[in-house]
Amino acid sequence: MKLIIQETYAQASEWAAKYIRNRIVHFAPGPERYFTLGLPTGSTPLGCYSKLVEYYRNGDLSFKYVKTFNMDEYVGLPRDHPESYHSFMWNNFFKHIDISAENVHILDGNAADLQAECDAFEDKIKAAGGIELFVGGIGPDGHIAFNEPGSSLVSRTRVKTLAMDTILANARFFDGDLSKVPTMALTVGVGTVMDAREVMILITGAHKAFALYKAIEEGVNHMWTVSAFQQHPQTVFVCDEDATLELKVKTVKYFKGLMLVHNKLVEPLYSMKETEAGRSQPKKPYSD
Amino acid sequence: MPSNKSVSDAPIARFTNCRILRGRRLQREDLWVREGKILNPEKLFFDEKGSADVQLDCKGCILAPGFIDVQINGGFGVDFSLATDDFGAGIDLVSQKILSHGVTSFCPTLVTSPPSVYHQVLPQISVRNGGAHGAGILGHSVANLCQAEEAVQHGATFITHLFNAMLPFHHRDPGIVGLLTSDKIPAGRRVFYGMISDGIHTNPAALRIAHRAHPKGMVLVTDAIAGMGLAPGRHTLGQQVVEIDGLNTYIAGTKTLSGSVATMDTCVRHFLEATGCSVETALEAASLHPAQLLGIEDKKGTLNYDSDADFLMLDDSLHVQATYIAGEEVWRRNALGM
Repeated sequence: MKLIIQETYAQASEWAAKYIRNRIVHFAPGPERYFTLGLPTGSTPLGCYSKLVEYYRNGDLSFKYVKTFNMDEYVGLPRDHPESYHSFMWNNFFKHIDISAENVHILDGNAADLQAECDAFEDKIKAAGGIELFVGGIGPDGHIAFNEPGSSLVSRTRVKTLAMDTILANARFFDGDLSKVPTMALTVGVGTVMDAREVMILITGAHKAFALYKAIEEGVNHMWTVSAFQQHPQTVFVCDEDATLELKVKTVKYFKGLMLVHNKLVEPLYSMKETEAGRSQPKKPYSD
Repeated sequence: MPSNKSVSDAPIARFTNCRILRGRRLQREDLWVREGKILNPEKLFFDEKGSADVQLDCKGCILAPGFIDVQINGGFGVDFSLATDDFGAGIDLVSQKILSHGVTSFCPTLVTSPPSVYHQVLPQISVRNGGAHGAGILGHSVANLCQAEEAVQHGATFITHLFNAMLPFHHRDPGIVGLLTSDKIPAGRRVFYGMISDGIHTNPAALRIAHRAHPKGMVLVTDAIAGMGLAPGRHTLGQQVVEIDGLNTYIAGTKTLSGSVATMDTCVRHFLEATGCSVETALEAASLHPAQLLGIEDKKGTLNYDSDADFLMLDDSLHVQATYIAGEEVWRRNALGM
């Protein structure tokens, strides 16, 4: 497990974006070789998305041969509702980049048969060869995707009822009216994310500090579903200083001491321009 | 990447690198067009898995709805009220030439005339869509009342060229001007007023008073006469000889104003400058408001999804760079030697 500690939210977002960029460029995706990327919604990844858009605009990164799979979507919310995760992904990411619509996968919360929709989503991930890098965020209660406290740590994509904490937290997006907040969602399971070859989880802000502590300093516990990733062979947690407030000084110092090493993952920063120009293939980024 | 267009096979154009006027503000958004209508790209992406067939770089321009002139009596030597046999050719000429002013639709206006003129001219004015041949015709206006029947049904009230040819404002008897701030207007109705914002027919201070009193009712009109678009100097218009000097038109040899010759884009820029209003407000006074007045704002006057793709490319000082009707470029600066 790696823990990346950056000073601010903006720096944490940029670090995460650089990491995604280097992973995609190094993967050298092409028509016969798509990079599969799992994606989150919510306020945490916004900074990361805007950096990725910037890389695309500068010609350093293309999503032409990237397939994306989103973690979750509300049930029963119209797809074009401004708070739907379809709208979120369109407005914050997809409309700004060169990804093809057929390579984008978001669960349909309005499907007639919701479980069939979830099963089909799992099949699509399999058909795409599994997920190379799953990027996630967490809630203050430590939920990854909509795997609320108490979710099975081997769960697959399914319908979930949202916890009251989550409904309360989301009310601000629905005019503060609890009755307007969807109460159910389709979500990938913890097991679905665990199957990814690599997982990167963004945790920023003081309100997520306790969840980060539960995620990495205590044991694996289905009441803090993000803690499951302690058992994933390739997990990177990216956080800002505020999110470390509940961690032991020892933990923070250890991982800060490792930043010199971990920064080699994003330095040098590779670009698709270089590979297109036929220059030397980027070297494999450092990995421990 | 081929797109799966289940709805339509028509090509999709995406105008990028622009700020578009939508939802009452300029937004950094792309404008998508298919089959002459403005397309919702999110629906295209998720429902049709589609993408753009062509991308056009707007180089940072503003994209705004095409201007709608609800009061124009003529231009380029043509007077709509002169009952002539080649009336059609005159309309064609004007509708083609005003594309460079950003006007994509208009209502030809007949000044108050004998019934015989109406009988001869009105049948020759037919509603038609705009295109490369010229701006669209939305119907005609007669005398001083815009006769868009829909508009009346929608409860619009229109005051023709505010301040001009009406009793002046008096504080004990505000007259027609008083309608702008009247509290007797029934709910759901809006008073619109035409404004010749050329700096000559309306004093800038009067323009500001009207705008501040009732900003949502301001409809910019040219009220242009046959002299609009003609070179400075002496011209014979109908029975009259006039002298055009900049935006002033005098009856030759006198200092009597004989009508407006300002173009629509000039009026928009003057309005912006004189009132210090926002770019959005200036553009809406020549697009959204006339469309609302005519009750056609679901089709014209906005860049909302499914509206007609009649729009302009403008620079930051609101000089028209290109004009599009139904998604097709119908005029471009320097392209036609204009």
